[in-house]
Amino acid sequence: MLTLTPVETAALILSLRVGLAGTLFSLPVALAVAWLLARRRFIGHQLLNGLVHLPLVLPPVVVGFALLVLFGRHGPIGAWLYDTFGFTVAFNWKGAALASAVMGFPLMARAMRLSLETIDRRLEAAARTLGASRLRVFWTITLPLMSPGILTGAILGFARSVGEFGATITFVSNIPGETQTLPLALYAFTQVPGGDPPAFRLCIIAVIVAMTALLASEIVARRLDKRIRGAR
Amino acid sequence: MIEVDVEATLGDFALAAKFVVPSAGITALFGRSGAGKTSIVNALAGLLTPSRGRIVVRDEVLFDRERRVNVPPNRRRLGYIFQEGRLFPHYSVKGNLLYGAKRNDAAAFDRVVALLGLGDLLRRRPGDLSGGEKQRVAIGRAILAEPRLLLMDEPLAALDAARKEEILPFIAALRGALDIPVVYVSHAMDEVIRLADTLVLIDGGKVAATGTVEELTSRIDLRPLTGRFEAGAVIRTVLRGHDKAYGLSELAFPGGRLRVPHINLPLGTPLRLRIQARDVVLASAPPSGLSIRNAFAGRVVEISPDKGPLVDLRLDIGTLAEPVMLWARITQRALADLRLVVGSPVHAMVKTVALERPSPGAGRGISEAHEAV
Repeated sequence: MLTLTPVETAALILSLRVGLAGTLFSLPVALAVAWLLARRRFIGHQLLNGLVHLPLVLPPVVVGFALLVLFGRHGPIGAWLYDTFGFTVAFNWKGAALASAVMGFPLMARAMRLSLETIDRRLEAAARTLGASRLRVFWTITLPLMSPGILTGAILGFARSVGEFGATITFVSNIPGETQTLPLALYAFTQVPGGDPPAFRLCIIAVIVAMTALLASEIVARRLDKRIRGAR
Repeated sequence: MIEVDVEATLGDFALAAKFVVPSAGITALFGRSGAGKTSIVNALAGLLTPSRGRIVVRDEVLFDRERRVNVPPNRRRLGYIFQEGRLFPHYSVKGNLLYGAKRNDAAAFDRVVALLGLGDLLRRRPGDLSGGEKQRVAIGRAILAEPRLLLMDEPLAALDAARKEEILPFIAALRGALDIPVVYVSHAMDEVIRLADTLVLIDGGKVAATGTVEELTSRIDLRPLTGRFEAGAVIRTVLRGHDKAYGLSELAFPGGRLRVPHINLPLGTPLRLRIQARDVVLASAPPSGLSIRNAFAGRVVEISPDKGPLVDLRLDIGTLAEPVMLWARITQRALADLRLVVGSPVHAMVKTVALERPSPGAGRGISEAHEAV
């Protein structure tokens, strides 16, 4: 009962790999977008804001289909990637990571933007008067102060990535060992007779993964908060 | 010299300030809340970009709209001490102090820590500090960045009276111990009188007057700005004698000596006093048989054109070479009875007890300031 079957192990490891890769990939991009949206006013601000939030409101199948059209072996970006770098995301785990990164991006960028907006900009001004360049202010003041927000965003993005289903199955299909993450494996079991017990086991694994991520983020966030507020 | 000539529009508020003050000692920007004092200091620091004008500090042009000069805040080398401290919450006290330090100079660090009494706080976090401690750390942090000018925006406004007394001597000590000029924003006249050498009066976004503290506080036309109801003149004196038997000290100024309750300071200490107009009594003849010991001969220089029952008179009780201005507030009735006009000789009496606590003048250190309490 406590040992995992090979299918379960493969799905779990793949899910974690896809989630981590997707999160790490979108982290710097989300940070940049959050900074642009919180701190800069430019033409197209609203457009960018809408674009970032689009995966949150669109049916995931639409996102998956768009990725398939753009990043497929014959899509404009996919063909270019393959011709230039010999690299493809079509029907492999990298594609699953890309799909889950896109789906998790709005949550991540949103959490970061909110934390950036609550930072007391007067502290940044004080740092400037002490001789710090804009870049040094960002590294030593802005980034540490928004670290709880970055963490929250990363956890939300990771959780969304691990649970991503619609965009992934549309974009990279359901290939065991390659693109079959936990939810996809679960779905496959529900489609065959007698698949309910293994599907139930996958459900429990999914719950354990999600709870662990949430608890870990709670503990780390509390530590960070303490560090920032200076409470002993 | 510090030359400021800036214009800026902030919402409904228009700032158009122009003044030149010496870059030595403490210059106070004094005015009501919302007069534009903080905006001027922000423009100096580079945190606010004026729409027009020029800022020069110690021969370096920091801002010149026409020549498109706008030195970024981090290259201006101006220390800024904010009303709310603005310590970095994620750094220890030591980390805050060293944030702007240019070089790793342990001797300079130890000196500033000793001067501001920060030794016991170094490992603590800003969240654990009292308001007064925070401001001392903020002052130390600004000094360690080796600024050529310190800007202080109401550094005491957020503190209660006891905490103010804790910080004031440190600010007074900066002048003597570190020789960093200070631009000090305040709306409290008592702080200005205790600290400042030069005064810039700000009103409605404009500079109403610039001059020494003594000069501007003695001008009747500036009373609405310098404070009508606590109006008084500021006099520079030197501690000249002690009368141990009666527990008195003598303070000399050009034209006379004032007797005040004993001040535990060495002879020769320069001290500045404020004498409130309502504590000065006038007589047309030399007084006798009175309990008041401080009586000075002088003449009326100016009479305020006030309509109410009270009138302010400006008196010169100094010498021909060095006039000393004093204010007296008497009733219109007394003015008529004494037949006082501009030029009339008068005798001004100051009740000993009416003297405010004298504040150390230029160049005095911390220890003296503490003892003066």
